Amino acid sequence: MTIEARFKIKRQNFTLDVELNIPDNGITAVYGDSGCGKTTLLRAIAGLEFSQDGYLRVGHKLWQDGSFFVPPEKRSLGYVFQEASLFPHLNVRRNLEYGLKRVPHKDSKVSLERAIDLLGISHLLDRSSTQLSGGERQRVAIARALATSPRILLMDEPLSALDLKRKQEIMPYLESLHEELKIPVLYVSHAPGEVARLADHLILLEQGKLKASGKLDDMLTRLDLPLAHGDKAAALIHATVAGHDSEFNLTYLDFPGGRFTVAHKDLNINHPVRLRVIARDVSLTLEHQTHTSILNIFPATVEEMTPEGTAQIMIRLLVQGVPLLARITRKSASLLALEPGKQVFAQVKSVALLS
Amino acid sequence: MLSDSDLTALLITLKLAALTTLILLLIGTPLAWWLARSRWRFKFLIEAVIALPLVLPPTVLGFYLLIALGPNGPIGGLMQSLGGQPLAFTFTGLVIGSVFYSMPFVVQPLQSAFKAIGTRPMEVAATLRASPLDRFFTVAVPLARPGFLTATVLGFAHTIGEFGVVLMIGGNIPGQTQVLSIAIYDHVEVLEYSQAHWLSGGLMVLSFLMLISVYALNRRFSFHNMGDST
Repeated sequence: MTIEARFKIKRQNFTLDVELNIPDNGITAVYGDSGCGKTTLLRAIAGLEFSQDGYLRVGHKLWQDGSFFVPPEKRSLGYVFQEASLFPHLNVRRNLEYGLKRVPHKDSKVSLERAIDLLGISHLLDRSSTQLSGGERQRVAIARALATSPRILLMDEPLSALDLKRKQEIMPYLESLHEELKIPVLYVSHAPGEVARLADHLILLEQGKLKASGKLDDMLTRLDLPLAHGDKAAALIHATVAGHDSEFNLTYLDFPGGRFTVAHKDLNINHPVRLRVIARDVSLTLEHQTHTSILNIFPATVEEMTPEGTAQIMIRLLVQGVPLLARITRKSASLLALEPGKQVFAQVKSVALLS
Repeated sequence: MLSDSDLTALLITLKLAALTTLILLLIGTPLAWWLARSRWRFKFLIEAVIALPLVLPPTVLGFYLLIALGPNGPIGGLMQSLGGQPLAFTFTGLVIGSVFYSMPFVVQPLQSAFKAIGTRPMEVAATLRASPLDRFFTVAVPLARPGFLTATVLGFAHTIGEFGVVLMIGGNIPGQTQVLSIAIYDHVEVLEYSQAHWLSGGLMVLSFLMLISVYALNRRFSFHNMGDST
């Protein structure tokens, strides 16, 4: 089952012209510069934007086929707008109940209690919706959308109106949505940090067109895409907690390509974690260094190389099939005689835990 | 104090104002909603027509209405051919005239209140499964509550104060079309100043109280904009 979408929407200063297959599970980030059509795409999926020859099928439900158009209120979806948009004339509880009341009983799978629980807002129920902080408002808006038991959840930069502290307050709730909900989430964002932390899949838009789409870890390291270039280029690695070292106060994280050793994190064994390895923190050697302070060294194969500016080279490596990026100078690459297929050792200087 | 005929005039005035306001809210709400949402390029023509009574001398409006409602006018003639009475010099005629005369006072506050809501709350309601009519009554109307209050009070008060239109199309038939403002005029004409004082003072106090309540209530009802404000 997938979500199939095709839209052609002309607006004054740009045209959205995309044909997409969106996975029917996990969080799919819709990523791109502002003005690339991310929000228009989301609005078209919600039925808030009409295009003459659009097509949209979610699972086996047809929502649009040309002039056959299901209006937004008849689509089983949740929409979280950039600003929380709570109804100011209703208190928090009645905001939450607004959508719930309008869903037929048999379609109601998510109870209000569960939505309230997931977003941690039980203490806000009797408050006026105008007296909440930005983060609280957005959590209520998310719970309100979830309470309608949507078939798909659409989120339009839900964190962009919040400051860093509020963002961090809300992030854990979004992560728990990811673990607890079985519905696909489409998450519009232009913040790489949010995407790396939350998303499983990525849709990359550029000037109203689909540039690429696929699994997030693959997309982040594809050298033909802009994401794998620049100072912030980084690989995403899924690992699980394997154990702790009490003597040196360390934590071991296993991934298919080996084991990372990091400073102690208070996490249970087998807890899944996301690691971000920035390309400029990865150096390459031809032999396995033993007299070095770097703990995380993995045998790898050079897969692809592209120039990065005039002095540097971005290299995509495979560590037992897991992609990794390394950014080194052109001179080093020449001294090491690097070329696709060559066996090297990747030394990872630092690694960030995302969750 | 008030004489019997003054009391009758007061009752007719209140009945006229209440009926006119009710009719205007029923017609004016969809009209104002359409004006606030429509992107029709000739919308300004309709807006100008509705605003006409603001600038026209009431006697001009009354004159044309008299002709239209009279036995030879299009509306009065139609009524007569259907076996009814021409509408000039009747209470029904007064109501029709007042609806035109007070229309901008009801439509304009509603229109700006609907406009101020923006499209976002309605879109939110749509994604929460509310049909167009449902979201109009559960979101647009409550959010436009200050506008409704202003429209009601202004429509009512303005109808109470009308003179020129009534004089032209209603005449001055005691018990049928004689309203307060005309009763006052009659009193002054025959130098009954004390009666004129009672009626004028009462009208002034009433109008003032109505306006005070609008402004006070509107301050209490006004909501923060959605989304922003912390």
